[in-house]
Amino acid sequence: MTTMAASADLARRATVNNYSNESRPVQILLISVALIFLSLVLLVPLFCVFTYAFEKGIDVYFRALSDTYTLSAIRLTLFTAAIAVPLNLIFGISAAWLIARFHFPGRQVLLTMIDLPLAVSPVIAGMIFVLLYGQRGLLHPIIEALGIQIIFAPAGIVLATTFVTLPFVARELVPVMLEQGSAEEEAALTMGASGWHTFFLITLPNIKWALLYGVILCNARAMGEFGAVSVVSGHIRGLTNTLPLHIEVLYNEYNFTAAFAVSSLLALLAIVTLVAKAVVEWKYSKGNS
Amino acid sequence: MVTRIQTKRALPGFGLSLGFTVLYLSLLVLIPLATIFLKVSTLSFGEFWQIATTPRVLAAYRLSFGASLAAAFINLFFGFLVAWVLVRYRFPCKRMADALIDLPFALPTAVAGISLTTVYSSNGWLGSWLERVGVKVAYTPLGICLALVFIGLPFVVRTMQPVLEELEPELEEAAACMGAGRGQIFFRVLLPGLWPSLLTGFSLAFARGLGEYGSIVFIAGNLPFSTEIVPLLIMTKLDQFDYKGATALALVMLLASFTLMLLINSLSHLAGKKSHRAEV
Repeated sequence: MTTMAASADLARRATVNNYSNESRPVQILLISVALIFLSLVLLVPLFCVFTYAFEKGIDVYFRALSDTYTLSAIRLTLFTAAIAVPLNLIFGISAAWLIARFHFPGRQVLLTMIDLPLAVSPVIAGMIFVLLYGQRGLLHPIIEALGIQIIFAPAGIVLATTFVTLPFVARELVPVMLEQGSAEEEAALTMGASGWHTFFLITLPNIKWALLYGVILCNARAMGEFGAVSVVSGHIRGLTNTLPLHIEVLYNEYNFTAAFAVSSLLALLAIVTLVAKAVVEWKYSKGNS
Repeated sequence: MVTRIQTKRALPGFGLSLGFTVLYLSLLVLIPLATIFLKVSTLSFGEFWQIATTPRVLAAYRLSFGASLAAAFINLFFGFLVAWVLVRYRFPCKRMADALIDLPFALPTAVAGISLTTVYSSNGWLGSWLERVGVKVAYTPLGICLALVFIGLPFVVRTMQPVLEELEPELEEAAACMGAGRGQIFFRVLLPGLWPSLLTGFSLAFARGLGEYGSIVFIAGNLPFSTEIVPLLIMTKLDQFDYKGATALALVMLLASFTLMLLINSLSHLAGKKSHRAEV
């Protein structure tokens, strides 16, 4: 059935190509303009990161990466992602289950609220936690009584990062789960499977690729977040500098090679994210056809 | 009525997922965001107005809105062109070009910021060429615009791609049979159906640009009255512990983004479907 529909679609597209597409010279002109634009805006900056990182040789590159402050920034970044990503993974599954499987009043509002962190400027995202937990914050008395520090400490960085990356898993899962519908799950339940059983054996295998991509995106953003983290961090070297903040410090000290060396780690992460997305999309389309 | 609700909730886990989702959202998003409104409510309207309309703040609004608008227009044009080329034509490296579109989502803004600054500064790879024809990019409003073009591009491309893929070939064929030229087909047959999606992509890029901070601070120069954007001004006020000033400006920006969000939501309803993937 699906293959027939697909081949009909292909045939349709082939007719378009014959009938009404632009002449080849026009096509080549448009393609060139698009590719030049993409190169100038996207490709050149990406190349620049690696070129400048290795400009003074591989020794300088690795020395920049093995610097104590760089290593502590890597540790803090990994620590932050290790908390923020699993939390938002659980939230994403819960929210997607709720929105894609039930109809209830306020469902649309909830969907919009999940998107809120994307609509808020990163600086404002950091600011709200300063207003809550900072020196003159609303909840500061409670925090102080408990003897914990949030602002200018790793806890604040984790909080701000979790806020900023909150929507990513949920947004990938909701459309996929809506599209798949709940027929298979209902069948499993009718046949006597328990709720959790149904979830792990039916739902999870069905959404695994979307879930994986959501986690990858969430992780990339968690490790790369700059604005929100910058507000709550206090920039204490070796203690509250994540990788992006460390890059800022190095860059502002005119230590460009080191700044680009550290940047190359995050650029590599970005490339891995893009490749992973391509692979996941390919797997997903294969699984669907 | 009761039975209808029961049949709709045949699946388990409604209470658990509702409870957890709402609790998590409240603790992490709603309560923290509400503190802005709480904080601003301690100001009288006069105070608020005074903070939110000083000449320096007004200059920052003009720059933030102006640069975001300009960048969104550039992205509207080039983003549409890129989406068109990716959907309709065949050429080498097409898959790579398609994957590259998401780079601004994946590359941390700080890395994009220092990289764009270095490339487009007066002794950078491209900046030195542009300098020779008298165009300065880094440390000018043009640089801010460039960073925002980088940040906003995927929003337009990813919004337009699925829409272009679903265009009915029959429409074009019919128009071609009746003797319309390519230009006529494009402007009179295709474009009228595309404008809600174009506007959605435009607004998404614009909204993202308004709040952007990381990629801009490096390339902007950050001089009050000329290259200082609103998020940076909020940051400066926070560093000076001027929380009242910072929250007042934050409220203005929040209201602007919420308005845009509403607009985008109603536009996607108009366009008939939500292209979820594009809005990351």
